[in-house]
Amino acid sequence: MGDLLEIRNLRIEATSYPPGEPPRHVVLVDDVSVSLEKGRVLGLIGESGAGKSTIGLAAMAYGRGGVRLTGGQVLLNGRDIRTASATGLRALRGKEVTYVAQSAAAAFNPAKRLMEQVIETSLLHNAMTRPEAEARAVELFAKLGLPNPESFGRRYPHQVSGGQLQRAMTAMALCPWPDLVVFDEPTTALDVTTQIDVLAAIKEAIHDTGVAAIYITHDLAVVAQVADDIMVLRGGKTVEYGPTDQIINAPAQAYTQALVSVRSIDHTEKSPAAPVLRAEGITARYRGTNFDVLKNVTVDVAAGQTLAIVGESGSGKSTLARVITGLLPASAGRITFAGRTLSPDLAARSKDDLREVQMIYQMADTAMNPRQTVGTIIGRPLEFYFGLKGEAKRVRVQALLDEIEMGKGFADRYPAELSGGQKQRVCIARALAAKPKLIICDEVTSALDPLVADGILKLLLNLQAQEGVAYLFITHDLATVRAIADKIAVMYRGEVVRYGQKSDVLAPPFDDYTDLLLSSVPEMKLGWLEGVLAHRRMESAGN
Amino acid sequence: MRIPVSALIGITMTSVFVLSAVFAPWIAPYPIDAAVGGVWEGPSSRFWLGTDTIGRDILSRLIYGGSVTIFVALVSSLLSFSMGAFFGFLAATRGGWVDTGLSRLVDLMMAVPSLIVALVVLSVLPLNLTVLILVMGVLDSTRVFRLSRAVAVDIAVMDYVEAAKLRGERQGWIIFREILPNALTPLVAEFGLRFIFAVLFISTLSFLGLGIQPPLSDWGGMVRENKDGLVYGKAAAMMPALAIAVLAISVNLVADWILSRTSSLKGGRGG
Repeated sequence: MGDLLEIRNLRIEATSYPPGEPPRHVVLVDDVSVSLEKGRVLGLIGESGAGKSTIGLAAMAYGRGGVRLTGGQVLLNGRDIRTASATGLRALRGKEVTYVAQSAAAAFNPAKRLMEQVIETSLLHNAMTRPEAEARAVELFAKLGLPNPESFGRRYPHQVSGGQLQRAMTAMALCPWPDLVVFDEPTTALDVTTQIDVLAAIKEAIHDTGVAAIYITHDLAVVAQVADDIMVLRGGKTVEYGPTDQIINAPAQAYTQALVSVRSIDHTEKSPAAPVLRAEGITARYRGTNFDVLKNVTVDVAAGQTLAIVGESGSGKSTLARVITGLLPASAGRITFAGRTLSPDLAARSKDDLREVQMIYQMADTAMNPRQTVGTIIGRPLEFYFGLKGEAKRVRVQALLDEIEMGKGFADRYPAELSGGQKQRVCIARALAAKPKLIICDEVTSALDPLVADGILKLLLNLQAQEGVAYLFITHDLATVRAIADKIAVMYRGEVVRYGQKSDVLAPPFDDYTDLLLSSVPEMKLGWLEGVLAHRRMESAGN
Repeated sequence: MRIPVSALIGITMTSVFVLSAVFAPWIAPYPIDAAVGGVWEGPSSRFWLGTDTIGRDILSRLIYGGSVTIFVALVSSLLSFSMGAFFGFLAATRGGWVDTGLSRLVDLMMAVPSLIVALVVLSVLPLNLTVLILVMGVLDSTRVFRLSRAVAVDIAVMDYVEAAKLRGERQGWIIFREILPNALTPLVAEFGLRFIFAVLFISTLSFLGLGIQPPLSDWGGMVRENKDGLVYGKAAAMMPALAIAVLAISVNLVADWILSRTSSLKGGRGG
């Protein structure tokens, strides 16, 4: 039995406390078995609530608050650690098993230098002396491609970028020569262009140090690049478990097939049409700063069509939405909407101006007042713009709920009683209720699981066909862009670097940034990461 | 829903105080200002808590005095909450110079101890219940302003508030329909605590002679009337002092329970 980690029939339970109701017993993970040899990588994949993080943490015999590992065995190096004592676990965690969390920014202590934190566990376990640990850390910094590895550790967390911090955390995990590292969505919070670097660094470090790893993510394309085996989870149960090659190229289960073929919406771009919205020469900055977040941005949205704004975080795409809605008055430029000029300031716009431009947010959770029912949320624009009341309003709310493919009985529910996808649908219905000409969609699918996001995109496309509403679709996800856009504007540092019909923007020759952006989007095939990296090395050698 | 023992005690005691205050004329065994016994008599079957410095029944005076103390504290707390919450929400939603102006004004008011301001103001203005309530309400509203502004600032950046602004909603809708329902829980819990401070404040003022004036009486005033008895080992002054303490603790227990039970904003949870 040469397996480093063997989990047998693991069962994890928790007690949840819904406010105002008696505590409820829930089974988070049911009868899951995996095994992992030294030097191999296991990918755990599934949507939120699938239990993937819970299993990852269980590999170190840890359960988050209120979570109990109630059944099965967790064998690490042949010992069952599920029932181990607190002292035994302390000796084990941070030495034999280490953990890389999703948000490095939240996981580092901002008041301590990186080196202190990276070598902390190694010193705690008396695994090595301070000079040894520091030397090891510097070596890892270099291996992970961090700049100036010798002096990198002297910096504070706020002095390095998000991608670098994530790599520093990887160094922290690898420092004490662990047998097993658990990576919990290590690249999810990063931009695509950064993600590829971190991914490559992690993959190389795993390979070089020969540790075993559990890699948790919701993105099948990412896990396909690093994992040797993949386990697909759903609702705490194993859906499919097999070698990466088989899962990606020959998935046996319907659910896995759906995950693999996600974002394959067929959308042919519409021919150019007259614009409903035109933003000309927009320059904008936030109050109290001396830095233009938008620099001379000119785009237009054709009536009944979709303009996708693409770019990484900080590129100014959400700021453009704020300027168009009037939340942030532009310092220069002009917005023309449906033949009339829109006032730059929200307060000076007419009710019709406000009604015809609606907005859908990334986080449906915070976009709905938790103390209002779905009926109130959707009904308010009807009442506010059209004066609908009583029965007429109720009938219209139900019609809108039908339109977003939610049945009866939802009008009386509160947002907390809806799933993530349903919440986003209600937000769409609220926008539709105003009968807008343009809806600004700000990363509306980014917080959703892939299959749910697919459903939302299909719904948006259907609604566009029925109602003729135009979308200004802000996203960092190029797969989404391919699925929905007619026109694309690529933004970088406040400027539009590439703009045109979808087929033109996505066809070569590319400018440098668009090329980088396009080539960084993980593709659902094996060896994609190596291919891209080799291609980039060739290009930089050619320069 | 299971009510913890501490909350049960708090609710019971608070109810006893409130009910006896409301029904004072029917419950009190003797009139408020009739000298019915000897000076500083000890507790007996006739006078359960004894008599005071001029032979009045302490229990009766406690019941009547409680109604005054509770009434003044309640009305001034309501006033301070309406004012503090309204301006706090306004500052949070408007931001800019409205926020700066209101916040600095409140800083200024809080920089001087409330008691000193109250003493100065009350020694100038005519002493009656209305003035007393107004002064206490305004002084206390600064603290409510701080809390409601802090709570509302967190809520005002929520996307649903932005959505309401984009819809073109008026300030009133945003404050009363979007923010208030979500800020209510911490405010309700805070109300209990502010109410206690109001009780202590009015008692302090009365003790110093600037609060409730005769012929009305309240607990703070009763402590002052009977404080000389302490020198002779007479416990009369302890009775109203004890009443103040017990009321404060009872209301606190209730407030704690409300906060722990329903506050999602402060990280509590149901159970």
